[in-house]
Amino acid sequence: MKLRINGTEHDVDVSEDMPLLWVIRDTLGMTGTKFGCGVAACGACTVHIDGEAIRSCSFSVGGAVGADIRTIEGLADGSTLHPVQEAWIAEQVPQCGYCQSGMIMAVSALLSENPSPTDEEINSSITNVCRCGSYPRIRKAIHRVAETSNVGTSVGVETEEEAG
Amino acid sequence: MIDRKFPNLSRRTFLLTGTAATGGLIVGIGGLTLGGETASAASADVVAMNAWISFAPTGRIVINIPRAEMGQGVYTSLSQLIAEELEISLDQVDIEQPQMDGAYANYVVALGDDDGSGVVWHWAAEIVLSMIPYIGTGGSTSVRDAWDRLREAGATAREMLRSAAAATWDVPASECTCANGTVTHTPSGRTLSYGDLAEKAADQSPPSDVVLKPRAEWKIIGKPVARLDIPEKVNGTAKFGIDTLGDGLLFATVLHCPRLGGRISRFDADSVKDMPGVSGVHEVAGGVAVVADNYWNARQAADALDFEIEGGDAKLSSEGIIATLTASLDGEADKVWVEEGDAITRLDASANTLEATYTAPYLAHACMEPLNATVLYENGKGTVWTGNQSTTVAVWATAEGLDIDTDDVTVHITYLGGGFGRRAEKDFVLQAAQVAKHYPGRPVKLLWSREEDIRADTFRPASATRFKAALDQTGNVTAWHHRAATQSVAQSFGDRVMPWGGGDGLSDEAVIEGGLHQPYRLGHQLVDYVHHAFPVPVGNWRSVGHSQNAFFIESFIDELAHAAQRDPFEYRQALLADSPRFAAVLERAATIAQWGRNLGPNRAQGIAIHKSFGSICAQVADIHLDPENGLRVERVACAIDAGMIVNPNTIAAQMESGIIYGLTAALFGEITIEDGEIVESNFPDYEMIRLANAPEVQVEIIESTERPGGVGEPATPPIAPAVANALFRLTDTRTRQLPLMHAVDIWT
Repeated sequence: MKLRINGTEHDVDVSEDMPLLWVIRDTLGMTGTKFGCGVAACGACTVHIDGEAIRSCSFSVGGAVGADIRTIEGLADGSTLHPVQEAWIAEQVPQCGYCQSGMIMAVSALLSENPSPTDEEINSSITNVCRCGSYPRIRKAIHRVAETSNVGTSVGVETEEEAG
Repeated sequence: MIDRKFPNLSRRTFLLTGTAATGGLIVGIGGLTLGGETASAASADVVAMNAWISFAPTGRIVINIPRAEMGQGVYTSLSQLIAEELEISLDQVDIEQPQMDGAYANYVVALGDDDGSGVVWHWAAEIVLSMIPYIGTGGSTSVRDAWDRLREAGATAREMLRSAAAATWDVPASECTCANGTVTHTPSGRTLSYGDLAEKAADQSPPSDVVLKPRAEWKIIGKPVARLDIPEKVNGTAKFGIDTLGDGLLFATVLHCPRLGGRISRFDADSVKDMPGVSGVHEVAGGVAVVADNYWNARQAADALDFEIEGGDAKLSSEGIIATLTASLDGEADKVWVEEGDAITRLDASANTLEATYTAPYLAHACMEPLNATVLYENGKGTVWTGNQSTTVAVWATAEGLDIDTDDVTVHITYLGGGFGRRAEKDFVLQAAQVAKHYPGRPVKLLWSREEDIRADTFRPASATRFKAALDQTGNVTAWHHRAATQSVAQSFGDRVMPWGGGDGLSDEAVIEGGLHQPYRLGHQLVDYVHHAFPVPVGNWRSVGHSQNAFFIESFIDELAHAAQRDPFEYRQALLADSPRFAAVLERAATIAQWGRNLGPNRAQGIAIHKSFGSICAQVADIHLDPENGLRVERVACAIDAGMIVNPNTIAAQMESGIIYGLTAALFGEITIEDGEIVESNFPDYEMIRLANAPEVQVEIIESTERPGGVGEPATPPIAPAVANALFRLTDTRTRQLPLMHAVDIWT
């Protein structure tokens, strides 16, 4: 079957009911998308399928054929980071970083649909688990992106002093 | 007194195994490739100044950091120590995880600091020094352990570079200044980069009398330098153990015996060998591993495997264990830890005593990245890629699993997707090696499912504790008896991981830590311990004994305050009259929190202070107990005294981290054992705090000139009592068991 991931076609020979997560990670070696629970309870595996945030551990690869799949590796535009990634660096969000691919994919999907979400909308939309407690900085970073102009415009990365 | 000087490698070339292609970090992933894509550059020669600092021909400066980066920012903070003295910018730095070497031992984790606080596993202290050195990350010790040594390494290398430049130009060294990776001959303006000087510098005699910069001159230490690893962690390129790839890679997963203390006595490989992608089924330490062409196929087969178990206790239950622990408090103690005066006589004679018994449950670590390791067995040698908190343990486990010499093991410590003490264990590495031995020439990536990760955890032990205190008319404490009953983490961990075993558990300070060196005026003190051993594996869980003891102690101090009809903050301040450093931290937390302000209906504050791992942390929790929706912690004000600090931003992040980790446990954390098996298995039944119910956290770092304390763990102990104490203000009912979800509904 053919999968279109980050704009590139991949030919894979796997069972249709294999979860998309394991095709991405094990078959194709794209390890940016992470495994956290396998039961769609933590969001570490979040990718975009036709622009929608999907937990790939619980989504059969067969259902992704013909769709536009985007992983964390494809979020940036070449060397230009996505505004969410810029904000994540500016606010020094990640700790261990393992949950952050999924977190960033979930947040970028939310913001492309709702560029200025309220805290309630953020709360109900972003339910990913972070064991390191980066939530306060995540919230700050989301508001930071929302407060700049459109999502899609590059935000400059701050200097070391400002990032503190 | 230990000689803490590193060995001087006056001229040594060793090979880089990674690439600086990302312009950032090399984590020694090594030369594995997948599908033709080369993951590493050809090895390059670097010039080593000492065990810590090397210069690459590209002009990059390679710093060896033998500590696990698990989000606490250790790659950055340790680099700051070197950069300050070496006079370089962190922009020039690449990080390398080195192989085992005596230079990299962590002394503080074994021996503690000079002031006697923060001692971890000190029962092993003497042994560690005479064995292969323990290179490990834990006990919130990395900065404390590196504080002098890495600054000296930077300063020594700097002086050798200055001498080399002076010799090159034939001028006095005093006319040469070092800044920004360059030596300048001030009078003539001539410059040479460190890279150009490296070879000559490495041949200089290292000075034995380097003078470190005074604090007033620090440009990097104490500054909120941006974390070196964060750029990789926002674009998916950061490599965790689970991300290891390689030619011919095989995937394995493991099934552990579901009954605690039991074993899988028989398994039928034939029941799964014809399932898609399956290569083999093998016995491993603790269970059975299935090998296949991807994790999914391996997991399907492991779930379908026909097996039988034997041994263990099918009647074991956590309810029974906690009942046993509680009942044992009435009996004899196995060890007296503190005896000052005669507490028992005073308590018996006092007309005004208070007694309370507390319990806390088993807890799982639940790191976001399930446990895994990749091992390649080839030509009699082993290579391991894993996120382990200890380079030493990763090497030992690989050597054991492959039945080879430790000298024949090459180790690559990756980023860790959470550690919290779980990744200091050897089991997942040993299993990977045991499987890899069956597949010479092919790397085997062994990955646990989330269910196995929770069920085969090494848990924070359950415990029961009783306090009895005598109060005088004003509420001062005149006598204090603190008795703890629990399992010994050092005994359990040592038996699993250390070649010399775990001892009898009676020298394990962790069982009572937090209850020793009390800062409060408590009069006559007796602190004793009832030892238990259950067939439940227990291990180091973020803040270890402090994680339950702070809840017990700070709840009971709060009970005394209320019995004396005094404000909990004011009462603690009075008891801290002999401990000004503690009093200052408590005062700061109360100030940030605006302690005592009118919060409105259904809202209250609770306060707690606790010292652990060399640092003092005080917290005030603002809670809201909504009649319809339940308990929500809205804000936590946190004051931390960690002595002299390296990076205030990573410290603030560690406070946020420790608080939320501890709060998750306080509200929800409970591992239940029924019929000999762990009940919980995954996030749906092991509830986590998420963005919606995460509190706002406000951190203030106390300015200090004291020696550094740790920051990875100290924020975890105070949060449970701070919240429980606030809950008491609203309900007038004292909760003496965790988790709080059994006492109130929790807002989710």
